[in-house]
Amino acid sequence: MSALELHDVVVDYDRRGGGLVRAVAGASLAVERGQVVGLVGESGCGKSTLARAAVGLVPTSGGRVVFEGAPVSAMTRRARPRSLVRLQMVFQNPYSSLNPRRTIGSQIGDGIEAASRAARTARVGELCELVGLPSTAPKRFPHEFSGGQRQRVAIARALAADPSVIVLDEPLASLDASAQAQLANLLRNLSRDLGLGLLLISHDLAIVRHVADTVSVMYLGTMVETGPTLPLWTVPAHPYSEALIAAVPRPDGRGFLPESLPGEVPDPAFPPAGCRFHPRCAYAFDRCRADEPPLVALAGGRSAACWLQAEGSIPAPPAERATNLSSKSTVE
Amino acid sequence: MTDLAEIDELALPVAPRNRAFLPASWREPLAIVGAVIAVGWLVVAIFAPLIAPDNPLSQAFPASQPPSIHHYFGTDELGRDVYSRVIYGSRVSIPIALVLVFLAMTIGSMVGAAAGYFRGLTDGVLMRSADLVFAFPAIILAMVVAAVLGRGLANAALAIVVVAWPSYARVVRGLVLSVGDSEYVQSARLLGASSRRTLMRDVLPNVAGPVLVLATLDLANAILLLSGLSFLGLGAQPPTAEWGSMVAEGTQYFQWWWIGTFPGLAIFTVVLAFNFLGDSLRDVFDPRTARQAGEGRA
Amino acid sequence: MRLPASGGQVTVVDGVDYEIEPGQVFGIAGESGSGKTVSMLALFGLLPERSTVEGSARFDGRELLGMPRKQLRQISGRELSMVFQDPFTSLHPMLSVGQQLTEHIRLHLGLDRRSADRRAVELLEDVRIPGPEAALRAYPHQFSGGMRQRIAIAIALACRPRLLIADEPTTALDVTVQAGILRLLDRLRHEHDLAVVLITHDVGVLSSIADTVSIFYAGRVVESGVRDDVLQSPRHPYTRALLDALPHPEAAKEKPLVAIGGAPPIPGRIPPGCAFSPRCKYAIDSCRTDVPPLVPVGSRRLACPVDPLRTA
Repeated sequence: MSALELHDVVVDYDRRGGGLVRAVAGASLAVERGQVVGLVGESGCGKSTLARAAVGLVPTSGGRVVFEGAPVSAMTRRARPRSLVRLQMVFQNPYSSLNPRRTIGSQIGDGIEAASRAARTARVGELCELVGLPSTAPKRFPHEFSGGQRQRVAIARALAADPSVIVLDEPLASLDASAQAQLANLLRNLSRDLGLGLLLISHDLAIVRHVADTVSVMYLGTMVETGPTLPLWTVPAHPYSEALIAAVPRPDGRGFLPESLPGEVPDPAFPPAGCRFHPRCAYAFDRCRADEPPLVALAGGRSAACWLQAEGSIPAPPAERATNLSSKSTVE
Repeated sequence: MTDLAEIDELALPVAPRNRAFLPASWREPLAIVGAVIAVGWLVVAIFAPLIAPDNPLSQAFPASQPPSIHHYFGTDELGRDVYSRVIYGSRVSIPIALVLVFLAMTIGSMVGAAAGYFRGLTDGVLMRSADLVFAFPAIILAMVVAAVLGRGLANAALAIVVVAWPSYARVVRGLVLSVGDSEYVQSARLLGASSRRTLMRDVLPNVAGPVLVLATLDLANAILLLSGLSFLGLGAQPPTAEWGSMVAEGTQYFQWWWIGTFPGLAIFTVVLAFNFLGDSLRDVFDPRTARQAGEGRA
Repeated sequence: MRLPASGGQVTVVDGVDYEIEPGQVFGIAGESGSGKTVSMLALFGLLPERSTVEGSARFDGRELLGMPRKQLRQISGRELSMVFQDPFTSLHPMLSVGQQLTEHIRLHLGLDRRSADRRAVELLEDVRIPGPEAALRAYPHQFSGGMRQRIAIAIALACRPRLLIADEPTTALDVTVQAGILRLLDRLRHEHDLAVVLITHDVGVLSSIADTVSIFYAGRVVESGVRDDVLQSPRHPYTRALLDALPHPEAAKEKPLVAIGGAPPIPGRIPPGCAFSPRCKYAIDSCRTDVPPLVPVGSRRLACPVDPLRTA
C-alpha cells in the first residue's frame, strides 16, 4: 500500500463568468514512503490543483485520494481529522505562507503535540536545526528572514506534524540559484533520512530530475507519462515529455538552443478532441485526433498515454514508433 | 544527522524588535502633536476638579464678562465661568466618546467576524443591515434615532453607536475573508487547527491593527457627532456643561464671542489630535511603511 | 550608479564596464538585487528621481548619460529599445495591439496610417504571431504570455533599432514558450544585425544564445568574456560556485548540488573589499580589504587577483 495514492482524480472549478472548468481530468499517481515523486508540467496543466486536491484543500469531483489506506476528504470548517495530519503541504510563496505577526517558533509549534511548553520549545529547536536555521530563529518574525530561509521554516512547520508525506507546490520557484540548491539538497536528504514521501510539483525540470526518484508529466489536466526519472529522461515515451525535455536550457556554455513547440496550450475549458496533445504533436496520426489514449503501463515501471506506445512494451522514442513521420520542423 | 549546507546566519539585518512597530512616521511632528494634545485633554478630564478654578454650574459671577485674569475665558450670560465649564466639558465628551466607540467597535467587529466566518446567508443578512445604515448621512440618522429615543446624553450616545458600528463590521469582514484565505491559515488548518482556532490565533491578530486605527479616527467623529447632537438640543441638556450645547448658547449671544468660541476650540483641538493619532497609527500597521529593514530583494 | 534609498543613497552598481558589438548577444547574468537591471535603466533615463549616475555610456559615439530628455527620446525606441520581464504589465491594457505598434512607428518614422499598419503586420509576421491582420485589432488580454512577449518584441523592433535590451524576457514564461522566444531573438539578431543585451538570472538562457557573458555580483562585474570560455571554464570563484549550484540536465544525479553558503549582500551592506569574499573559500586577507579591479586575463576579464581556478 502506497503512502499516498491518487486514482483518476477529477477536479472542477467555477470559472468567473459562469461555467465549470475541468482543471484535472482524471489523473493518477502514487507516492511511497521515502520516495520523491516529481510532478511537472507547464501552466494550465493542473498540477497545482492536483496538489491541493491531494491534501484536501480542494474538493474532487471524481476519483479518489487515499492516504495510508484511508480516503482523503476535502476540508470543512471542522478541524482536519487527526489521521490526515500526517499529510502536509508546503506552498510556493515564502512571503505569504507565514503569518507576519507571529514568531516562527510559534508557527512551527502549531503542529507539535507536546506534553509541556518546555517539550514543545525543545522540539521546535530540533526542527530548526534539522532544516538548517540558526538557533536564534524561533523568537524571530518572518520578515527577518530571506526567501530561502522562510521556505525552511515552512518545511519545519510541516515536519512538526511528523508527516509521512509532504506535498510541495513549487517550493523552489521564488528562490535564487544558491537557495534552490540548498533546499533541493535538504529535500533529498530529508526524504532519505526520515523516510518521507515527497510529492514535488515544479515547472523546473532540471531540479526535478536532480531530486526526484520518479517523475509524472501532466498536460492539460491529464497525466501523459510517468516513470523512474533517469530512464524517462533519457528515453521519453510521450511526445510531450520529449518536447519538454528538449526545451530545457543547458547552462554549460555549449550553445544548445532549446527546442520549442508549435501552437499554444489550449483553454482547459475547451480541450481538443481525442488526444489532448495532438494539435501540437509532430507524430499525430488519425487515431490521435479521434480517441483519447489511456495511460497504459509499459515495461520498467513506466507508463504513457500515447497511441504510439503499446501496452507492456519497452518504451522507445516516439520518432522510432511513428509510422508517418512528418518532417519535424522546429518552430520559433 | 543530515548532511546540510552549513547553517547560515540570518541573511537580513535584524531590526530591533520595537523598531518594527515604531517606524519613521512615529517620529513625525504631527503624530507627536496629536499625542500630546490627546494626552493633555485626558489629563484635564481626569483632574478637572483640581484644575478648574470654579464650579461649572455656579452662576455666582457677573454675567457676560469678557476674558480677564479672574475668568480666563470670560463668563457666560448666566454668570458661569466659561473656563471651568470648558474644562468640565471634557469630562462629558471624552469619556462618553470612548465608551461609545468601544461599544460600536465591539458590536461591529462581532458582526463583521460572523459575516466573514459563516459567509452565505448570514453574511448577506448582516451586511445588508450595515448597508442600510450606510445609506443615510450619519448626522441625519443620529438625529432621527436620538429624537425617537428622547433627549439626553445617554440616548445621544446610543444613537451614535447605531451609526458607527457598520464601519467596523465592513473592515473586519474584509479582513476575515482575506486573511482566512491566506496560505498561512491554510497551513494551520492542514496541521489540524479548527476554523475557530485559526480565527483566534491567525486572523484576529491581523485584524486588531486596522480596527484600532478605525477606532482612533472614530473617536474624533464621535466627539463631533455628540457635540452636534447637543448643539441641536438632542444631547446634553441644560445646565450640563457640554461643548456642543455651549457652542449653541454662543450662537445666541454672538456679541459675547467668548461664550461659543472657546468650547468650539476645545472640540477642534480634540478632534484634530485624534485624527493625527489615527493617521500615524495607520502607518504603523501598514506592513509597507512599518518595515524598514530590508525585506525581500531589490 | 547610486540609487536613493531610505536613509540616504546606496551604491547599487559600482564600476561597470561594457562594450557591445552589433549583431552580438551580450549576456548579463546575476541574481536578483545584483544591480544588473539598474545598470541598463540608466541608459534610458529610467532611474528614480534622486539617483546619481557616474561614468559614461556611449552609444554609437554619443554620450547617453546626462543627455537632455528631448534627444534621449529620439534615440530611445528608435535606435535603442527595451523589452521587459512581465508580459502582463508591459503592454497597455486599453489600447489595441495595432495602436501600440503603429503609435511607435508613426512617432519615429513619420509614416501615414496605412503604411504604418502594413508595417505593423510585417512586424507581427516577423515574430510569428498567427493571423497578424486580426491581431492588430485585438487587445493584449486576449493573448497568452508568450504571445504578449512576442508583441512586446515586435514593438521594440518597430523602428529597426541597433540595440535591444531584453530584461529577463523569458523569466515569467513556461519552458517551451521560453524556447520559442529564445529562438526568435536568435533569428532576429542574425537577420537584422541587431545587438542584444540579454539580462537574466538564468544561466541556461544565456548559454543558449549569448556570445559574451558578464557575471554580476553585488553591483560589480566579476567575470566577463566569451560565453564558451566563461561557462565551460569559469575562473572567478563566484562563477564557479554559481555553475556548481545549477542542476545540469545531463550531469550525474548522485552528486548533490553544491550550494554557496550564506546569501548575496543587500545593496548598502556590501562587505569591504571583494563583495564575494565572505563566501569564498579561496579568499585571502587582501580580498577583504581591496576591491579587486576587473582586469584582462587572457581573452576574458576577471576581478579576482587570487585567480585560484586558472588551469596551469
